[in-house]
Amino acid sequence: MRAPDLLRFARDAATGNPLRTSLLVLAMAIGVAAVVVLTALGDGARRYVINEFSSIGTNLVIVLPGRSQTGGFNPGNAITNTPRDLTIDDAQALLRASAVRRVATLAIGTSEISVGGKLREVVVAGTNAQFVDVRRLALAQGRFLADGDWRRGAAEAVIGAKIRDELFGRESALGQRVRIGDRRFRIVGVMASTGQGLGMNTDETVIVPVALAQAMFNSNTLFRVLVEANSRETIEQAKTQVTEIIKLRHEGEEDVTVITQDAVLATFDKLLGTLTLAVAGIAAISLAVAGILVMNVMLVSVTQRTAEIGLLKALGATGRTIRTAFLVEAAMLSLAGAVLGFLLGHAGAAAIRLLYPAYPAYPPDWAAIAGLGTALVTGILFGVLPARRAAQLDPVESLAKR
Amino acid sequence: MPALIELSGIERVFLLGDSEVHALHQLDLRIDAGEYVAVMGPSGSGKSTLLNLLGLLDRPNVGTYRLEGRDVTTLSPEEQARVRSERIGFVFQSFHLVPRLTAAENIALPMMLAGIAPAERNKRVEQALKDYGLTNRANHRPNELSGGQRQRVAIARATIMQPAVILADEPTGNLDRATGEEVMRLLEALNQSGVTLIIVTHDTVLGARAGRQLRMEDGELRHDSASRGTV
Repeated sequence: MRAPDLLRFARDAATGNPLRTSLLVLAMAIGVAAVVVLTALGDGARRYVINEFSSIGTNLVIVLPGRSQTGGFNPGNAITNTPRDLTIDDAQALLRASAVRRVATLAIGTSEISVGGKLREVVVAGTNAQFVDVRRLALAQGRFLADGDWRRGAAEAVIGAKIRDELFGRESALGQRVRIGDRRFRIVGVMASTGQGLGMNTDETVIVPVALAQAMFNSNTLFRVLVEANSRETIEQAKTQVTEIIKLRHEGEEDVTVITQDAVLATFDKLLGTLTLAVAGIAAISLAVAGILVMNVMLVSVTQRTAEIGLLKALGATGRTIRTAFLVEAAMLSLAGAVLGFLLGHAGAAAIRLLYPAYPAYPPDWAAIAGLGTALVTGILFGVLPARRAAQLDPVESLAKR
Repeated sequence: MPALIELSGIERVFLLGDSEVHALHQLDLRIDAGEYVAVMGPSGSGKSTLLNLLGLLDRPNVGTYRLEGRDVTTLSPEEQARVRSERIGFVFQSFHLVPRLTAAENIALPMMLAGIAPAERNKRVEQALKDYGLTNRANHRPNELSGGQRQRVAIARATIMQPAVILADEPTGNLDRATGEEVMRLLEALNQSGVTLIIVTHDTVLGARAGRQLRMEDGELRHDSASRGTV
């Protein structure tokens, strides 16, 4: 039998029973669509987190006070639980490291900002001039904090876009005097709006010199020190140098945690990648179910078409021809289902993206290919048994069936 | 010249529960090319089994079957399918047309299975439709055809591969007298053109039209008009 004839014969046989065919195609389509949509969700989550995390800067090494890594039991930990302060001097010392380009300090707290009778609770971030470069932030108006002695700093503040809107409305904020906590500041700049993100949201933050923030919160320790390495290649070197310098300054005790952005990114990447795989696996179960359905439907089809199979044999069809015809039919139905499911899945992912624009719900290429492939393989695999049964039918008995 | 069909010492035994049923017993038969043979007998006499055997749809338990001088009982199923495709045409009592295919497609089915090119197929189908007066029915499905038309499609299908022998199992069984007569005339015309025609029937009037009558009973050949007397 020629290939085009075989395809046409299988197609006609499939369309000869529309209900059976459409049910089968639907089952396969749901399976493939599930794989596509679920992996789109999983991979979307991964991309979302990675994007957000990348947006806090590049080549970052982050220093946190206190040791959070798990390790062996250290007698020192048993005696003193509170870590040493991570001070402004510590941060400044990091500038000596050869692999370090910039250092930004960060002290965080909440306070109230008031101007002309308006009062609002705000997050106050104490930092230095380099912060804007390290975090790759942009200003909407004015300038950022002036570069100067980290331990003093002028009474200047940079406010977030939302705070500007709420406190000043249409008036110009630059040059205005505000009260933050019990101190007076002059506004020198307004941050560009960044929107909601995984990192710090600057829209509702007031940025002041780190020394003034520490005084406001009555604390000597920093929340974070953000260190920018010279390049991607020197990140590890910067991490070692930073650890060494702090250890030296803290009397040989390694009481800070130094993490690299890359390491965190890789962890998230791995975690969420595994999640996507797991979700794809769960979705693949529906494909196996669809495969069993293919087998069932094809077996019923063989029984229904027994007389036809007998006739084909009488007309000179070999067992192989009949087997191939049934296999082609199963493969064709699976393929139709897979393609339909692929389109449905992509439509579903597009709908998710439309509803949640921030969420990059794109199905990964491997998932789409794996979904299509699995559908085809299961369809053919589960089509083998019915096809063999058809090929082995006894022509005399088959012809006697009405 | 060897006989077209030569059966010797054929036994066909079916197991029904514990008992053995001899559907064919000690059968020797020789049919020459171009003969017109009617196989008659009561139901259960083994005439359908004989026809299935001749059509290579069934194998004997014992004995040899030579078709055109070649022993076909020892062929593999694939080779037997090839012989069926090229040398044998079947006409059934219940027509056995594929309901989803049109008249033309049903006629073309054996050629499609044999892998003949579409151009050649179309040519032959067109000729067959003309020969059997089905040209204006070419694109109708079997359920849109009368009984006589259906059997004509079936005969066209049986002859499309130009077989050496046509095996017809009660070809008029599902037809009224007039259409039955029409179908018989078509089959007899084929015989006159040289095709060997073997008809199974229990209608003695129909059987009498054949050039040679075989009467079967209990799986044995009881009478062969060619040998003038009881075997």
